[in-house]
Amino acid sequence: MSVTDAPKIVTGRIGFDDSHTLERYLDTGGYDGLRKALTMTPEAVAHEVDTASLLGRGGAGFPAGRKWAMLRKNPVTYLVVNGDESEPATFKDHLLVERDPHQLIEGVLIAAYALQVSQVFIFIRGEFALGLERVQGALNDAYSTGAVGRDIFGSGFSVDVVVHPGAGAYICGEETALLESLEGKRGFPRIKPPFFPAAIGLYGEPTVVNNVETMSNLPWIVLNGGAAFAALGEGRSTGTRLFALAGHVNNPGVFEIEMVKTTFDDLINAPVLGGGIPHGRGLKAFIPGGVSAPWFGPDQIDLPLGQDEVAGAGSMLGSGSVVVMDDHTCAVRASWRITKFFSRESCGQCTPCREGSGWLEKIMERIERGHGREEDLDLLLDACDNIAPGLTWPPQQTTICVLGPSIPSSIGSAIRMFRDEFLVHIKEGGCPYE
Amino acid sequence: MSDHVSATPVGTPRRVGAPPPPSHLSADTLARARQIIALYPEARSALIPLCHLAQQEEGWLTAEAMVDIASLVGVTPTEVLGTASFYDMLHTEPVGTYLVAVCTNIACLLNGAGELLEHAETSLGVNAGGTTADGSITLEEAECLADCDRAPCVQVNHRFVGAQSPETFDQLVTDLRAGTRSADIPSHGTLIRVTRTTGLEADRAQVASERAAMADAQKARSAAAEPSPKGGS
Ligand SMILES: Cc1cc2nc3c(=O)[nH]c(=O)nc-3n(C[C@H](O)[C@H](O)[C@H](O)COP(=O)(O)O)c2cc1C
Ligand code: SF4
Ligand code: FES
Repeated sequence: MSVTDAPKIVTGRIGFDDSHTLERYLDTGGYDGLRKALTMTPEAVAHEVDTASLLGRGGAGFPAGRKWAMLRKNPVTYLVVNGDESEPATFKDHLLVERDPHQLIEGVLIAAYALQVSQVFIFIRGEFALGLERVQGALNDAYSTGAVGRDIFGSGFSVDVVVHPGAGAYICGEETALLESLEGKRGFPRIKPPFFPAAIGLYGEPTVVNNVETMSNLPWIVLNGGAAFAALGEGRSTGTRLFALAGHVNNPGVFEIEMVKTTFDDLINAPVLGGGIPHGRGLKAFIPGGVSAPWFGPDQIDLPLGQDEVAGAGSMLGSGSVVVMDDHTCAVRASWRITKFFSRESCGQCTPCREGSGWLEKIMERIERGHGREEDLDLLLDACDNIAPGLTWPPQQTTICVLGPSIPSSIGSAIRMFRDEFLVHIKEGGCPYE
Repeated sequence: MSDHVSATPVGTPRRVGAPPPPSHLSADTLARARQIIALYPEARSALIPLCHLAQQEEGWLTAEAMVDIASLVGVTPTEVLGTASFYDMLHTEPVGTYLVAVCTNIACLLNGAGELLEHAETSLGVNAGGTTADGSITLEEAECLADCDRAPCVQVNHRFVGAQSPETFDQLVTDLRAGTRSADIPSHGTLIRVTRTTGLEADRAQVASERAAMADAQKARSAAAEPSPKGGS
């Protein structure tokens, strides 16, 4: 086991009951990162973030510094922060918005300064009623201490930050759907090109979209320097990262872990982390990065928690959520539930996604309930192939956004790893685990 | 719960230049609505926040409320309905006093959410999506609510109440009906306790001109700078 004692970059304050208050924040170095950033040039701040090699924490893992650099030549109008967090089993941003809203706001202000943006929107999932209260409350306090608003900390830089509530739609986590929603419309993803947010974003203006966790790393990076961040982790996966661990583990929760230095085995089994699988059961499979990611089996448990390492093994680290399934789990039921999620959340614009997810869900339900046929397995794979031709990883895209091509991951994994279980359902006319 | 019929059917186009229809929103809600609209460069962006706000009054979006929202943000009532109907949290039909959402997505499923939902349906006597006869509870089967380490996850009016077993669930329902949870679980509408008390305190035109000046300065700087340094390791 190797659980490193890397610094807690974004969860350092979580141990305090009053971690969300301005008093606690100021007592623990709060807004020092912003004060320091304001003494630097915007380019120098952006350069630190570039040096840190901070990979976006929203799912795609694109380096934040590089995203900003693309925009350094033509000015950005809006910064939009993605706090929609609806990917199943992902709950790290939930922690950050409820427990350390000032850290998020400070990060946002640093980014706004680096990008020279004077209008920011923080989009927070509507179901986070307490999170919305906490962030708005923190923002009110930040305004009164002069950290936000006109001429912040006497620097001459002015910025307005608005907290915007979502209204319950997974697809609004996709950045262009989020922008549509922020414009007061249905959350329909936009076609890229031409609607890359950096070119044609909110109200048609160049826009940067970054995740809540990505932003929350910035105060530390500015205070300690990008190089200190890059010294943690390995390769492209630098720094620490939040992993949300759930499913069949003794100690589920959000853990801040140094990238690459720790393995899935450590995360699931180390006593200070997941604490192992309950009831002395064995590991059947785990999902390494959100329900869009292909599953791994016990053979992959020694893989390090690094973006390229997981990608190289045929899946993705995605949103940093790990779901553990013990050896009493029904693979058919698990993949059916995930498919049902996609079917419910497809926005409906693209035929392969809308129709495909609906049919896949129906066939999966039929198998789980004991009315399946042997041909159903080929039918499932054929439907998956129609959504993402070739069933490769990463998947081919036939649709406007990547929700569609993510649908086959769970079914493809379940059939590949547990084909026998599907056949037992079919031959015995029901779920053997019930 | 409201059962009145809309005076202005949703979909009735508003003539350009016609006076806005009389407001069905309370004076307080209306004042907050105007404050929210002022936060955005374009009024339509306030559409969803205003739907949340309007839902605070009766838990759902009445046709009258949608007419009011439409006139406040400058779209037709049909556009409000068309947008609202996309979102799970915006209700265009009446709901109970308490919206009880049971997540059955993967992490909760692995921890007994299927059984919990079945129990809830039996003990409340409604299927997911239904409202109890006394109008107190609407049961929902939810997608992941991002509280997966406290599984199976339940929310009441979008407040997390922690993992529930069939027994604690029944107690929760009893408490809700008895009104003993009303302090920590306010009525619908996630914005109910969210108030922006301060703002930029400058007009938009001034901020826009400052932004233009910042942009010019930035352009000048990047023109003067070397090719931007390559990052990464
Ligand atoms: C279907 C779908 C859902 C997504 N959901 C989220 C989300 O909830 N939160 C998030 O930050 N990014 C989400 N993303 C990724 C965003 O589109 C975007 O890449 C991200 O917000 C960029 O921020 P980052 O570079 O800081 O990661 C989602 C993408 C897709 C395709
Ligand atoms: S892939 Fe699915 S969710 Fe994405 S735009 Fe198409 S229909 Fe909508
Ligand atoms: S899976 Fe139920 S809250 Fe996340």
